[in-house]
Amino acid sequence: MAATDAPQYRIDPPLERIPEMGRIPAGSAIEARLEKIWETAPGWRGWLSTVDHKTIGVRYLVTAFLFLVIGGIEALFLRIQLAGPDMAFLTPEQYNQLFTMHGVTMIFLYALPVLSGFSNYLWPLLLGSRDMAFPRLNALSYWIFLFAGLFMYISFPLGQAPNAGWFNYVPFSGPIYNTGPNIDVFALGMVLLGISTTVGSINFVVTLFRMRAPGMTINRVPILVWGTLTASVANLFAIPAVSLAFFLLWLDRQIGAHFFDVANNGQPLLWQHLFWIFGHPWVYVVVLPAMGIVSDALPTFCRRPLVGYTAVALATMATMLLGFGVWVHHMFATGLPTVALSIFGAASMVISIPSAVAVFAWIATIWLGKPVFKTPFLFFAGFVALFIIGGMSGVMTAAVPLDWQLNETYFIVAHLHYVLLGINVFPVVGAIYYWFPKFTGRMMSEKLGKWSFWTMFIGFNAGFFPMHIAGLLGMPRRIYTYPSRMGWDEVNLITTVGSFIFAVGVLIFLVNVVLSVKRGARAGANPWDAPTLEWAVSSPPPAYNFATIPTIASRHPLWEGRIEGEEEHSRTKLEEGYLLMRGRETLGTSPIDAKPVVILKMPEDSYTPFLVGLFVSLLFVGLLLHSWTFTALMAALSCAALSSWMWPRRKLGQRTTRHGPASAGRGGEGP
Amino acid sequence: MSETARVVSQPLPVGSVGKLSGGWWGMIALIVTEASLFGYLLFTYFYLAAQSGQDWPPTGLPGLLIPGINTIILLASSAAFWAGERRIQQGGTRSSIFGFIAAIALGSAFVAIQLLEWKNKTFSINSDLYGSLYFTITGFHLCHVIIGLGVLLLLLAWTMMGYFDHKRHVAITIGGVYWHFVDVVWLFVFSALYLSPYLQRG
Ligand code: HEM
Ligand SMILES: [Cu+2]
Repeated sequence: MAATDAPQYRIDPPLERIPEMGRIPAGSAIEARLEKIWETAPGWRGWLSTVDHKTIGVRYLVTAFLFLVIGGIEALFLRIQLAGPDMAFLTPEQYNQLFTMHGVTMIFLYALPVLSGFSNYLWPLLLGSRDMAFPRLNALSYWIFLFAGLFMYISFPLGQAPNAGWFNYVPFSGPIYNTGPNIDVFALGMVLLGISTTVGSINFVVTLFRMRAPGMTINRVPILVWGTLTASVANLFAIPAVSLAFFLLWLDRQIGAHFFDVANNGQPLLWQHLFWIFGHPWVYVVVLPAMGIVSDALPTFCRRPLVGYTAVALATMATMLLGFGVWVHHMFATGLPTVALSIFGAASMVISIPSAVAVFAWIATIWLGKPVFKTPFLFFAGFVALFIIGGMSGVMTAAVPLDWQLNETYFIVAHLHYVLLGINVFPVVGAIYYWFPKFTGRMMSEKLGKWSFWTMFIGFNAGFFPMHIAGLLGMPRRIYTYPSRMGWDEVNLITTVGSFIFAVGVLIFLVNVVLSVKRGARAGANPWDAPTLEWAVSSPPPAYNFATIPTIASRHPLWEGRIEGEEEHSRTKLEEGYLLMRGRETLGTSPIDAKPVVILKMPEDSYTPFLVGLFVSLLFVGLLLHSWTFTALMAALSCAALSSWMWPRRKLGQRTTRHGPASAGRGGEGP
Repeated sequence: MSETARVVSQPLPVGSVGKLSGGWWGMIALIVTEASLFGYLLFTYFYLAAQSGQDWPPTGLPGLLIPGINTIILLASSAAFWAGERRIQQGGTRSSIFGFIAAIALGSAFVAIQLLEWKNKTFSINSDLYGSLYFTITGFHLCHVIIGLGVLLLLLAWTMMGYFDHKRHVAITIGGVYWHFVDVVWLFVFSALYLSPYLQRG
């Protein structure tokens, strides 16, 4: 039977077979064949059609960093305007648009996408797979993210950017008070971006449950995976709320619906509910994966495993669960019944408990380890410090009476920047220093690295700590200027100076990236002597990730035999494993204990994700311009592209095969 | 190849098979998020109804006869599809085609009747709050039905082209669960928009 299907399998894969085991030595002919199977075409064709999770991951990272720079420049404009009293550097309307676009860019176009970038790049490597569960969907989610980002900036050059703050409260954002295209761009852009986030989240969830190497049982996956998984599950429940809110707003504005229209029994508070049901979980969506990054990378520099793996994994999920129950704390000042306020206030305090668990785990890891003070370590340790400060100010605002005092002041601005920069930006920059060698095969400069850390850390605290004081002195947020007699002059000047120092730190980091890509010292497979699976493959990894699918026996496959108290008998197998090379293939395993259950056929590179992304985005342009024929045309094209995407392929085993009943595969593929 | 523990010795299925396929899991995840979407729509409906302080619906109680019949039509469509899928599993690819055609016909009838129902309403999406809610919620659902019909048409075409047999028909399984989901959601929409006003009025 082996003879009959041998010439056939390229077109008609057998319906079942015994996966071949073996080794693929580096430089061998079979390795070259594997390379051929997984490689992406050179030139623009490969550029538009690739579905390689590593390429997509890097694209996410680069794009998100561009948005960070854009949002950062907008922030510096704001800070120039606020440097002294009665400045006229920006008009009030410009100020509104800039702080709105700053918030929108940072929250939606930087904070989650940058984490998706890491997860996209790292997940299959961490889990021992050759790609994500849905490589084409992965490409689609990137393209839509990119187009949605551009979409939200469409009206910026016209001076008509969104201007109602990132949470876009009605009635100010409604049709009566905001007549330009500003809010429509934001509303439609958010719905579009929601599609990207949703399909990306689906991909992560399914990948976790299907794509782990054998032996990578659920209690062995890295914390980053837990973080991203939790965030993705949350997205599945939360994104529809915000997409719906923005869509209803668009209906109110353009079709004349009455959801938020007070004169016709509509309810502005509905907006706040829908927005914050999404918004609070979102805060955890943009921090949990970043906390996961620290939980995984910090131990490398402490030379010991994370203290309390299980506790941290459970805390991650508990945070999110609670996160869905606390949205009302954004509405303490809206006149809700007192009972509701007390319950939600208490819940908001409780939510700090799981965070505290994680903080203690990191501190204990540093304490019990032998820290190596490399740049990534500095960023991760800096993160722990900022987390504590941000957490404290957060607990303070969870107290209802205090929130009434602090709501809408600079105290909130200080808090949210401590949380977002502390828990997102610092770990992210540290993570770039850490994984840069894996991405590029080169190390980043340590010297510039230390400079960038200290400049960022000092600049950040100088810039944002005084905002707490400005808030306590009563300075409201979102004001474009202030008179001198308020006593806010000094704190604001210090804040502006600090912001610029921070920006210089980011600049040093970016310079370091650019220099190191070209001239950094060559990195081996595992330059940090790290424990997790991504460091087992070469830097940068080959297109197929793992020549053979490994079998995992512990949480730190590369540290086995070094850790006290671990079991002796089980050892991870990296050299020898499942060959799987009849076309693009990888192993599907069971959700909990990662037993092999299916040989998955992975799709080839394809243009359809790009086309679907393009047509769907143009559809939104059509809606924005009220061009219904164009919209309908784009909808039709999207459907056509989607049908061709979904067309069952024999190559992927989605159709019946020609040679009838299944023939078991032969074992002769290996060396 | 000496000490390879846990070598798989029985054959593993290759490619997309039923509930082992990624697509099945992806569809379940999609359904979770879509279900949340409808959950938020109904939350919006009940929230605004409760806050409105008027008699609800302001245009008087909705007639139940035609929507009731339509509900039965949609459920029948689900059943027809289910029968078709079963036939494929048992190897009867030909006869499954009739099941799918019946499912599509019933689904299309639902759409037609729903459009008639829309036409007969005295209010519109921008006439008042209730109109906004009614047309947005049923509109969302109708969109899903139309997309579902598109999916069913593709599945029918693929079946007629002989793509599927009792071993490989994952697209049917995945498309089918979406169709059943769309039908179940209707039960919730129907209960909220048509039945709940009767309960409230008592
Ligand atoms: C150079 C770094 C940064 C500086 C100097 C800065 C400065 C500012 C300033 C001046 C405001 C406006 C305050 C107001 O008028 O109410 C603001 C708002 C905001 N910032 Fe930043 N920021 C920085 C980085 C970030 C980052 C990295 C994030 C998120 C990841 C972020 C998220 C936000 C948000 C969500 C708002 C609120 C916008 C709104 O009120 O709608 N910022 N920031
Ligand atoms: Cu919150």
